[in-house]
Amino acid sequence: MNIVVCVKQVPDTWAERTLRPADSCLDRASVDGVINELDEYAIEEGLLQAEAHDGEVTILSMGPQKAAESIRKALSMGADKAVHLVDDGLAGSDALGTSLALSTVLARIGFDLVILGAEATDARMGVLPAMLAERLRVPQLSLARKVEIDGNTVTVHRLTEYGYDQVVASLPAVVSVVEKINEPRYPSFKGIMAAKKKPVETLSLADAGIDPAQVGLGAAATEVLSFAKRPPRQAGTIVKDEGDGGSKAAEFLAAQKFI
Amino acid sequence: MAKILVLAEHSGESVKKVTLELLTLARRFGEPSVVWLGPGAEAGRERLAEYGAATVYAADGEGLADYVITPAVGVLADLVSEVSPGAVLLAATGDGKEIAGRLAVRTGSGVLTDVVGLTPGEDGSGPVAEQSIFGGAITVRSRVRTGTPIIAVRPNSTTPEPAPAAGELRQIAAQSPEQSLAARITDRVVQERGERPDLTEASIVVSGGRGVNGTENFTRYIEPLADALGAAVGASRAVTDAGWYPHQFQVGQTGKTVSPQLYVAVGISGAIQHRAGMQTSKTIMVINKDPEAPIFELADFGVVGDLFTVVPQLVEEIGRRKES
Ligand SMILES: Cc1cc2nc3c(=O)[nH]c(=O)nc-3n(C[C@H](O)[C@H](O)[C@H](O)COP(=O)(O)OP(=O)(O)OC[C@H]3O[C@@H](n4cnc5c(N)ncnc54)[C@H](O)[C@@H]3O)c2cc1C
Ligand SMILES: Nc1ncnc2c1ncn2[C@@H]1O[C@H](COP(=O)(O)O)[C@@H](O)[C@H]1O
Repeated sequence: MNIVVCVKQVPDTWAERTLRPADSCLDRASVDGVINELDEYAIEEGLLQAEAHDGEVTILSMGPQKAAESIRKALSMGADKAVHLVDDGLAGSDALGTSLALSTVLARIGFDLVILGAEATDARMGVLPAMLAERLRVPQLSLARKVEIDGNTVTVHRLTEYGYDQVVASLPAVVSVVEKINEPRYPSFKGIMAAKKKPVETLSLADAGIDPAQVGLGAAATEVLSFAKRPPRQAGTIVKDEGDGGSKAAEFLAAQKFI
Repeated sequence: MAKILVLAEHSGESVKKVTLELLTLARRFGEPSVVWLGPGAEAGRERLAEYGAATVYAADGEGLADYVITPAVGVLADLVSEVSPGAVLLAATGDGKEIAGRLAVRTGSGVLTDVVGLTPGEDGSGPVAEQSIFGGAITVRSRVRTGTPIIAVRPNSTTPEPAPAAGELRQIAAQSPEQSLAARITDRVVQERGERPDLTEASIVVSGGRGVNGTENFTRYIEPLADALGAAVGASRAVTDAGWYPHQFQVGQTGKTVSPQLYVAVGISGAIQHRAGMQTSKTIMVINKDPEAPIFELADFGVVGDLFTVVPQLVEEIGRRKES
């Protein structure tokens, strides 16, 4: 089974993230990049399914040169090989452009199963898995907290507002995962050494056959008009409980008209 | 005046508050029409009309509810080409965002998610959306410049205001998806939900964390406080992982994003992933015994103390004040 896991490098959530004044794009250069948290769960699920079904895991990432670090980490967890789509013409792509680029590469390399994290911590849109399924014309099994593959059939438990749905589709398919699904492994020393020798194919827009006019900031279907730092929250009132903490809290709620 | 399509969120016949909020926003730049999937449109129509729906497009058909996401996309895409709306508004829930994403691809349009404010563009250039990013640190104004603006708006972004309109009911067709593309729902597992308000819609949320220490304590401390305030109950991931409370109540990066008038965090440390789901709450109250807990950075009012003594006293005091 041919499994592709889409991995995005994002700024470390703990770092102070900013937009560049010149083009209102995320300033990716000034902060440490890490694998998007949920994508680690996607990688783990890919590895587990590959182990169970005699499969192979390919990592696909679109991002600047720096994203190579994250690709290497994914390989050290145990993925077999990787494809890195990197081109200055991709900078500033919105969700529409990103989904076009990734789906073009996916169609080229072929897949039985594509696994993604349900959302990335930077833009937090959570739309890409659905967009890829739409572009690739395959079923979408999103927000999965459990995945089971039996022959050509894939079954997931999909989180809902009220619990979960059992959802069934046939392969090839796109699956997105939430963090309840597994516990991502840490790369072992052996894994880290082995990753150095694993193949990473680097593709430019031209290599991938993607029309540069349809991706990047210029082609984005959305635009940022302006942005502003939110004024810092005003420091609140903190009281130490001396037997009256509950009453003080009630006083605050009453003063704010909540009770 | 351009039509603005609003995808209704409803449970059975009852219209969710977020839909009335979307209607209120839609009126600012067009004539709102509602798209209703599944049964119940006739019963819901009146309320939608009260809040400004000129038309209610109702799509009901066999199997419509049996597939994930795609039936809604099909119905909306057909309507987009038929009525050329000025925008499509959806609720920024898990489903809403996925429908928005697919619809954007199908119609070649730009999509904006997690919008917290919406105003008409100065030059009639379509709606301008406000988004709060990086855990609320930065506010962005953005717009769609290609295709039909597809905009997923967070619940609680505005106060619903009535503005009666015709609410004319129109039945439309809905097709089942092609079998090879279908993700079919074969079972629905409903975990207990109770009588409390919906977590994403509630104007007050009381959340418990690892400090609450067990299911029983949720029943004994968190739920009574929530009920005293008429609030929804939320939980941190530590709690849902431990199985003390069902996952659909998780607040945070991979749980629900809430933006209530008041968020009460009890026994929660305030990890970045939790903050991602509650940071835009208007007022935040904290009860935690560790004065160094990062959640206090967000607190408008905080009590450093043991929740097992502070919460009961608070519940009692609320009861007393209600009586008098
Ligand atoms: C991919 C990923 C996704 C995640 N998504 C989410 C998410 O969506 N939502 C989420 O919440 N977390 C999420 N997390 C987990 C997050 O990192 C934290 O681990 C989690 O939020 C901690 O929960 P907590 O605050 O309840 O527990 P803790 O961090 O253990 O904090 C418990 C707090 O309770 C206080 N306390 C203990 N006893 C008492 C008492 N008697 N009285 C008063 N206070 C007391 C302690 O002082 C402490 O501050 C995610 C993590 C990852 C890796
Ligand atoms: N540039 C990218 N390269 C590879 N995968 C991506 C990229 N952007 C997003 N993804 C995948 O899509 C998921 C959802 O992203 P988003 O819709 O941006 O929140 C992520 O968890 C990744 O798995």
